[in-house]
Amino acid sequence: MQAFLKTGFLALLLAAPLPGAAAFASDGQNPKAQRIVSIGGTVTEILYALGAEDRIVAVDSTSSYPPGTRGKADVGYMRALSAEGILGKTPDLILTEDGAGPPDALSILKASEIPVVTIDTPPEGSAIAKKIRDVGHAVGLDDKAAVLADKTDRDLKALSETVAKLPEKRKRVLFVLSLAGGRIMAGGKETEAAAIIEMAGGINAADGISGYKPLTDEAVIGARPDVILVMQSGNHGVKPDEVFALPAFQSTPAAATRSLIQMDGLLLLGFGPRTPEAGRALAAHLYPEAFPG
Amino acid sequence: MKSLTLPFHLGEDNGDRSRLGMAMLVVLTLLLVIACLISLGSGPTGADLGHLWLYLTGRSAELAVQERVVLEAVRLPRTALGVLVGAGLGVSGAMMQGLFRNPLADPGIVGVTSGAALFAVAGIVLGASVLAPVSMLLGSHFLPLMAFLGGLLNTWVLYLIATRDGETSTSKLILSGIAVGALSLAAMGLLIFMADDRQLRDITFWNLGSLGGATFTRVLSILPFVAVVTGIIPFVARGLDALILGDAAAFHMGIPVQRLKRLVILAVAAACGATVAVAGSIGFVGIVVPHLLRLVIGPSHRFLLPGSALGGAALLLIADSVARTIVSPAELPIGIITALFGAPVFLMLLLGRKGGAGMGGL
Repeated sequence: MQAFLKTGFLALLLAAPLPGAAAFASDGQNPKAQRIVSIGGTVTEILYALGAEDRIVAVDSTSSYPPGTRGKADVGYMRALSAEGILGKTPDLILTEDGAGPPDALSILKASEIPVVTIDTPPEGSAIAKKIRDVGHAVGLDDKAAVLADKTDRDLKALSETVAKLPEKRKRVLFVLSLAGGRIMAGGKETEAAAIIEMAGGINAADGISGYKPLTDEAVIGARPDVILVMQSGNHGVKPDEVFALPAFQSTPAAATRSLIQMDGLLLLGFGPRTPEAGRALAAHLYPEAFPG
Repeated sequence: MKSLTLPFHLGEDNGDRSRLGMAMLVVLTLLLVIACLISLGSGPTGADLGHLWLYLTGRSAELAVQERVVLEAVRLPRTALGVLVGAGLGVSGAMMQGLFRNPLADPGIVGVTSGAALFAVAGIVLGASVLAPVSMLLGSHFLPLMAFLGGLLNTWVLYLIATRDGETSTSKLILSGIAVGALSLAAMGLLIFMADDRQLRDITFWNLGSLGGATFTRVLSILPFVAVVTGIIPFVARGLDALILGDAAAFHMGIPVQRLKRLVILAVAAACGATVAVAGSIGFVGIVVPHLLRLVIGPSHRFLLPGSALGGAALLLIADSVARTIVSPAELPIGIITALFGAPVFLMLLLGRKGGAGMGGL
């Protein structure tokens, strides 16, 4: 009974929210880790890009790229993690993105003396290199990470130089997250979609809203999009005929030129090592004349 | 309002029924012990009952750090929380069904769940903006406290609406509960509209319920509420039995009807508010368990109420053990399991009892 009371007290301590729950990359790491649990699509993507694939034992459900992740054990959605489930994979390093949780599960993981590293992942092109370096540092691949981070920065810089030389008349791009039932869910300010559109030299047409919100048909018409950008879902994309048959799009400039761009969701919105590629691809779709070949 | 209530038939409370009731309580207690052992001994890590024995006998030094943490920070609080939440849900459901003379009544009927859900969603959506100072201050206790507050507040409002001249009308409570429920649903819709992707997923997961966040703090925080709702069983069992015959009849039998209603509603609201706060909304336990028990031991609350507590706890623990292991290393929300198990059992019971007696078994 005494042991029970004592441990109950210990558990109470564990239950208290840890100060500075959004830890920084420096507070725990394991350069030699061979059983990594990787939580967060971008973190997993970076680990794969650094060639640490074989050291990953489990990923979360948002880690869908590269396709090899499907062969790894799945610890569930990154914001509803199960502490014991993760411990069951006997990891020696847990890499997460900010926003992973719940906090109770994370504090249990920390209490079990397994290094937990949280990577800060704001949706900004300029933050990608730091993410890569942080991940590389945590798994002891600093050199490789530095090379990849520098390449990413170079590619982003090259892209922004190309974009800067584009003609003054920029295209207005409307990112449509979903078209379910003919209701248009668009990406407004402060979204990954807005950031990548800007990176590719476009103007976010839905800048009157923030976050991903449903737009009324009239608001879509008022946004005057030159291009509609959608995510590719699986192998069957949306057909332009279907999209431009919707009343909201019929009178838009995009409908006149039948400009519909489809891109992979994680590539487009992931803000990882593939983002320069995604930005370039989007820019090439928007301004084919500026990107020959 | 008579149409809402279904006839209850008081079983003859003779010796046979009593013996059967006692036997059932013994069986349920055994079942609960087995469920506890299953819950403590199973999970995605290798820690098992052997390790638990070492741990409980003070030899935890022989365990690996990981096994110790799994046992003391995951399994023990989680099992304790499961027992409390399950018992709270089971006994609350049985009490509500007795009070409203309706086999389909669940604690949601007095607005606890809708109020708790509204406040929890508000906590999730506004926690980073308007409510940020409160959220920072309370840390991981923010959401449970919000839900608890919302549940109690909603019940209190409903109680005030339904009480005139010191008399609470159950039919008014049900009807105003529907109206207030619709109102909170609308407010929730507004919040969902404001929510971003991440918050939407949080809301969905919260709604499905989970014992995932179990800590001893949470166990201690809901303990008093579950203790109260189970502690009042001996005091309300006879009254609820009498209430089956109607308010007036119960009054003439010497039951302080108004006091009984107030006590039961408040105790149930507090207990359910607390369970929803720590585990989200977990459906069906409060309906299936009392219903099953009524079929076996009859409607006498003397055995039905403690039986529902024991059975609810056992059912929830088993459901949670499945939830933790079936998709390991991930975890299934427990609400899915209780409904997957509960709904078919419920249907089978209904279909198995042909004729008008279907619900009348109550």
